[in-house]
Amino acid sequence: MNTLEIIKPENLVYGKPRLMNDNPMHYCPGCSHGVIHKLIAEVIEEMGMEEQTIGIAPVGCAVFAYNYLDIDWQEAAHGRAPALATAVKRLNPDKMVFTYQGDGDLAAIGTAETIHACNRGENIVIVFVNNAIYGMTGGQMAPTTLLGMSTATCPHGRNVELNGYPLKISDLLAQLDGTCLVTRQAVHTAAAVKKAKKMLRKAFENSMSHKGTSIVEFVSTCASGWKMSPDQSNKWMVENMFPKYPLGDLKDI
Amino acid sequence: MEDEVKLMKGNEAIAHAAIRYGADGYFGYPITPQSEIMETLMDEKPWETTGMVVLQAESEVSAINMVYGGAACGKRVMTSSSSPGISLKQEGISYMAGAELPALIVNVMRGGPGLGTIQPSQADYFQTVKGGGHGDYRLITLAPASVQEMADHVALGFDLAFKYNNPAMILADGVIGQMMEKVILPEQKPRKTEEEIRKEQPWATLGKTHGRKPNIITSLELDPAVMEQNNIRFQQKYNQIEENEVIYEELLCDDAEYLIVAFGSTARISQTTVELARKEGIKVGLFRPITLWPFPKKKLKAYSEKVKGILTVELNAGQMVEDVKLAVECKIPVNFYGRLGGIVPTPDEVLDELKKLL
Amino acid sequence: MAKIKGTVVVDTERCKGCDLCVVACPTDVLELAKEVNSKGYNYARMKNPDECIGCANCGYVCPDGCITIYKVKI
Repeated sequence: MNTLEIIKPENLVYGKPRLMNDNPMHYCPGCSHGVIHKLIAEVIEEMGMEEQTIGIAPVGCAVFAYNYLDIDWQEAAHGRAPALATAVKRLNPDKMVFTYQGDGDLAAIGTAETIHACNRGENIVIVFVNNAIYGMTGGQMAPTTLLGMSTATCPHGRNVELNGYPLKISDLLAQLDGTCLVTRQAVHTAAAVKKAKKMLRKAFENSMSHKGTSIVEFVSTCASGWKMSPDQSNKWMVENMFPKYPLGDLKDI
Repeated sequence: MEDEVKLMKGNEAIAHAAIRYGADGYFGYPITPQSEIMETLMDEKPWETTGMVVLQAESEVSAINMVYGGAACGKRVMTSSSSPGISLKQEGISYMAGAELPALIVNVMRGGPGLGTIQPSQADYFQTVKGGGHGDYRLITLAPASVQEMADHVALGFDLAFKYNNPAMILADGVIGQMMEKVILPEQKPRKTEEEIRKEQPWATLGKTHGRKPNIITSLELDPAVMEQNNIRFQQKYNQIEENEVIYEELLCDDAEYLIVAFGSTARISQTTVELARKEGIKVGLFRPITLWPFPKKKLKAYSEKVKGILTVELNAGQMVEDVKLAVECKIPVNFYGRLGGIVPTPDEVLDELKKLL
Repeated sequence: MAKIKGTVVVDTERCKGCDLCVVACPTDVLELAKEVNSKGYNYARMKNPDECIGCANCGYVCPDGCITIYKVKI
């Protein structure tokens, strides 16, 4: 049987989700954002919620997330996505509402909005992409940048005296009574992707059954910012990011 | 049915008027001298009657961004604050202007700069009508001078905001917010249904229905050619507002040889000054801009042909007076009298200043 | 025993040549082409099509959604 004979709709195993449109994504080659976008598209599609979903895009590399998934979107000011999502969900309790935020957006400038949305137990999903660097602005230090890791604004490596410690914000959010699910996932292998999708689905289901706030952190790579190849980045992430940000469920009730 | 006359504070009137307008949501953060707005709403519990959402946010920044989120759904949403809090809201106001979102923002001004004082002031005039946040945008600005107008401007503000897809502000001061007066509240209107919003605000992000393109609410555009066009479109809209929406009040202006120009609480004080001056035979009238932006510049220009001089009275160091001077194009003398730091002038003080103009 | 045979189709114009699919493939089916697409990326392609088992690992890790996977039992 040759290749052409296999390529038939009935033999399809996997393809780009329908909700992800054909716009070429602006992300760098190998960027984790693309996989996470796909997972969100797949979950919304599989839940049959595309007509009921409102996404809140952040400031950061994912600022143009709204160009890639064919749902309604709002673009927030830097860090304010949870505030927008709070109002959208409270005014439209039957809609499915999520924010998509990077580490700078969620854990630096938007810390207050994030913590208080979670503390109120807003029935939203927060997708948190933690690649320990500011990608969009050219590779500056993030609140989650590891000690010793060099970035454009800590070129000699992050040091405690000058920059303080990497912020494990998900651990903090798990302490809040308003959160029902706080999980840390990655998308560097097929197995990790499948597991992450399962938790993402659970997060979206939680939001619809009004269980509280669900946070899905994706420990991610930034090949351009880290100045490595995508494959090297994945290996570096496993060796350096996972010990500080171990994968798994921090809270699941 | 006879109108029911009630006695209440200006801040309370805003809250009741918002519920009766059919507002969908209020998001705020407490600050003196306007906290009664959220307190009244929380006490009234409109979520049990009209379904209006009322939420105390963690900051003014968060509150205005909640307003952004709600407005982006095509909902009638509002916030309120006082000067320092309004400074914090400027980010969200600029983003809403850029994303062309309608919303109502109430500023019950207090004295600044900085933490300043909790006493009344009109020192946020520049901030409100000249910008406030970044970028070339305008804020529809209403200046109530009575508790009745505090109530009426809620509907007016929302209507103008939705007519032009632009944020609108009620710029009151601590006097108008705190004083008690009789007021006739508007009839209760129903909130808009989702179907109505989808029809009237087709841009609203309420979920992408089958067959239409995704709605995207954003102020971001990286292509300078497109961004210039966006800005040109905004400016055309602002020109249209300036053409169509100017509101002002004239008191004894017909035969006036002199004008006092004042808004909000200083207009109330100046009204008494006009009465005192008339008793002394001084032919003075009161011109009160109700929309501070769009500013009634054409009307004031017309007065520059008729009157000998203008006294502008404000609770600041001289802000609106610049727009008065621009409007009359320096054809007649324009004097200024203001008190600062939360001090409110007496009608006699204003009369003394008026006499310097004669 | 039934044998599983798979194949992948790469949207070569969408592909950015990140190489993650090549690394993810358990049977060494994929490689980056020496040729480039219109954006200048060395796109992914099958070098050993006969080895493909249709596991879709390449598709799961593809950030740009440019891989479609098919498989049949023969």
